[in-house]
Amino acid sequence: MATQLIKGNHAVIVGALYAGCDCYFGYPITPASEILQEASQLFPKVGRKFVQAESEEAAVNMAYGAASTGHRVLTASSGLGISLKQECISYMAGSQLPCVIVDIMRAGPGLGNIGPEQGDYNQVVKGGGHGNYKCIVLAPNSVQEMCDFTLRAFDLAFEYRGPVYVLADAVLGQMVEPIRFPEKAVEPKIDTSWAVNATAETKENLITSIVLDFQILEDFNYELQEKYALIEKNEVDYEEYKIEDADIVLVSYGISSRICRTTVDQTRKQGIKVGLFRPISLYPFPNDRLKELAGKNGCQFVSVEMSNGQMLEDIKLAIQCSKQVHLVNRLGGNLITMDQIISKIKELAD
Amino acid sequence: MAEKIIGRLSGLYKEFPRKGGTAPTATHYCPGCGHGILHKLIGEAMGDLEIADRTIVISPVGCSVFAYYYFNCGNIQVAHGRAPAVATGISRAEDNAVVISYQGDGDLASIGLNETLQAANRGEKLAVFFVNNTIYGMTGGQMAPTTLIGEKTTTCPTGRDPRFSGYPIHMCELINNLKAPVFIERVAISDIKNIRKARRAVRKALEIQRDGKGYAFVEVLSNCPTNLKQDSQESIDFINNVMTKEFPLGNLRDNSEEAESFKRSVSDFSIDSINGLYDLKNDSSPDAINDPEFGDVQVKVAGFGGQGVLSMGLILARAACKDSRHVSWYPSYGPEQRGGTSNCSVMISGELVGSPVVHSPDVLIAMNRPSLEKFADDVEPGGVIIYDSVASDFKFKQGVKAVAVPARQLAAKGGSERAANTVMLGVLKTLGCTKLSDEVFYQAIADNFAAKPKLIDLNHKILDQAAKWTKENIK
Ligand SMILES: Cc1ncc(C[n+]2csc(CCOP(=O)(O)OP(=O)(O)O)c2C)c(N)n1
Ligand code: SF4
Ligand SMILES: [Mg+2]
Repeated sequence: MATQLIKGNHAVIVGALYAGCDCYFGYPITPASEILQEASQLFPKVGRKFVQAESEEAAVNMAYGAASTGHRVLTASSGLGISLKQECISYMAGSQLPCVIVDIMRAGPGLGNIGPEQGDYNQVVKGGGHGNYKCIVLAPNSVQEMCDFTLRAFDLAFEYRGPVYVLADAVLGQMVEPIRFPEKAVEPKIDTSWAVNATAETKENLITSIVLDFQILEDFNYELQEKYALIEKNEVDYEEYKIEDADIVLVSYGISSRICRTTVDQTRKQGIKVGLFRPISLYPFPNDRLKELAGKNGCQFVSVEMSNGQMLEDIKLAIQCSKQVHLVNRLGGNLITMDQIISKIKELAD
Repeated sequence: MAEKIIGRLSGLYKEFPRKGGTAPTATHYCPGCGHGILHKLIGEAMGDLEIADRTIVISPVGCSVFAYYYFNCGNIQVAHGRAPAVATGISRAEDNAVVISYQGDGDLASIGLNETLQAANRGEKLAVFFVNNTIYGMTGGQMAPTTLIGEKTTTCPTGRDPRFSGYPIHMCELINNLKAPVFIERVAISDIKNIRKARRAVRKALEIQRDGKGYAFVEVLSNCPTNLKQDSQESIDFINNVMTKEFPLGNLRDNSEEAESFKRSVSDFSIDSINGLYDLKNDSSPDAINDPEFGDVQVKVAGFGGQGVLSMGLILARAACKDSRHVSWYPSYGPEQRGGTSNCSVMISGELVGSPVVHSPDVLIAMNRPSLEKFADDVEPGGVIIYDSVASDFKFKQGVKAVAVPARQLAAKGGSERAANTVMLGVLKTLGCTKLSDEVFYQAIADNFAAKPKLIDLNHKILDQAAKWTKENIK
């Protein structure tokens, strides 16, 4: 087993290489560019394919092409680039193509700035593009998880045949931490039951999302919903920290959840029972567990997010508005501070 | 659209069950439409060249969105205008594939113009068949980038006026400005003579693909009797007498003889190869130990870009890693650095690191005066500020220990003026404020400069000198 200090964006490529990812297509954007640069350096050294595309749209459509042939494909970007990719991600959902997309969120709207934010929550977690589809979304909160979740995202993308996101932010992309390297490397095999990979065997397979017949398209849509139901049953993931006796539950993901964790320890020293609930899969969202927690008397929820209550809405839905959900946030590239969370906790504890 | 029969060729299915409906051998195209003829030419060539099994046709958005009803090969349907990008992905992933992008004028020359030119410019292994019918057929006859001056469409009802809508785009000529394409030709499917030429061009484009030689572009002047409100003969005459005036037929480039076949790399998925990329055998740190007693040390390093601020922070992080501490490093990044200042946060802890961003440092290392101005007040009471003595007149707040270091002079004496950051590291180490053992600093430097062994000795020496200076000058 080996451990090295690695930058979060580079860890994505570590995960991809061990996951048997064959192709990388991308376009430069701060704060995600190191993923592209690292892929350009390392992929060719092991014969993997790399193209710097002319745009995010082109990059994700290259991914669509390579994914159609059954290969493992990665693309990454940040907010505005993800906006451009959405049309094709909808096509991927419609054509049931596996692909991993990494979003290193920066601050918006518009050009915004390159500071960290979590304002892409809605466009990533809610499907983003047109049509009735969802994408599995994994939210790492450490450099280790940038690697591990990228690896896992490939397995999920192929298991459920659809696009899967790793949703991180500028801090996670830019920071350096030690990671333990994976101990196994995937040697991918083409699934010839659906891929079109230029062989006689796969010639009759078809990759398409156009369905003229209303009834057939409706049926297909319901099939997709069945797939999502399965995902909701099997793939919910979360982490809890000191939640058992908590009167105040901070709900937070990504880098914000790490600030929350330290806050939990600090406030517990002052005798306030605070816990952290960290959704790891943002879709599927851990609805059932949150509802269960909401059933506890007196327990209060605070959504701690670098966005304008985008995740807060999901918490409300999960607990069926049985309680008020409070918001602690920062926008515009600013990180949430521990003091900010503590003062909300004190307000609620009084 | 009425259904029309096209031939039985090995590159085309004999019947078209994907289409559905009652006429299994009829196409979905309008009577007299040129798409069917071009399908036939492509299918015939695929059959003759025996490449159908390894061919993938990309169906675009446009009337040919259902090209996959007909082509007896791999088929992939894609978003409007993105076919050349999808083709790139296919071709890179499957080097042996013969990739065909079949596109209309709206798809190729309007919404997908960028993808078109960029794939051509990269010289992708790709045959593009470009159906120029001067109109958006599928959506009901709107103006296309190739609509002729004066031609009436549903969105230029009085005829295309260049003052408002510009001029018809000549795709072959545009692509002919690029170096990479192997073959460029404009043909028409308007009569037997032209169809014969078109057949030859289609075949050439596919031979180039069979041989893996690169990019081929065939523009096909075609008709859309439905939207141009012409009968069959009128639509043929329109191609021969009007379109060809604007879009002259002929070959613009044929480098197929000289062009060489090229192969792309073969992917290596073995774990040994990947481990090798990271040199995991030789470069590995111990895992962190949970040691709540250790507490944490929050360090901020700041200075001008070029003073080695970020790399110094990284060396410190490496040292902490070697010492089995939990650690994180977080830089200022992007254009922020362009203005000349840069900084980074290093968190060293006995437990999992929470936020990696240091707001209130225990230790500030300031390589210049602006860094002091920006961060000195944030330092925790009882904290330490190690700063370059050029900023000697700075007023520090009560309760912090400020250490002025003649970093550049010490570095110059040690043999490299650029190693002022190592001097600061040496002072930090010797003051003991990071609670890390001495030797991990030496190890971290050795690791950091592993690729340039000369620099290891130099920086070790500077570290020693800084230690000596600290012991002599700081109480
Ligand atoms: C993003 C997007 N915008 C618009 C459309 C609508 N649309 C469908 S076909 C088409 C034009 C096709 O024209 P052309 O490429 O010339 O093909 P033709 O039908 O003439 O063969 C358009 C605009 C679409 N499908 N997708
Ligand atoms: S609308 Fe025009 S281009 Fe489309 S099938 Fe009919 S004739 Fe052909
Ligand atoms: Mg057209």
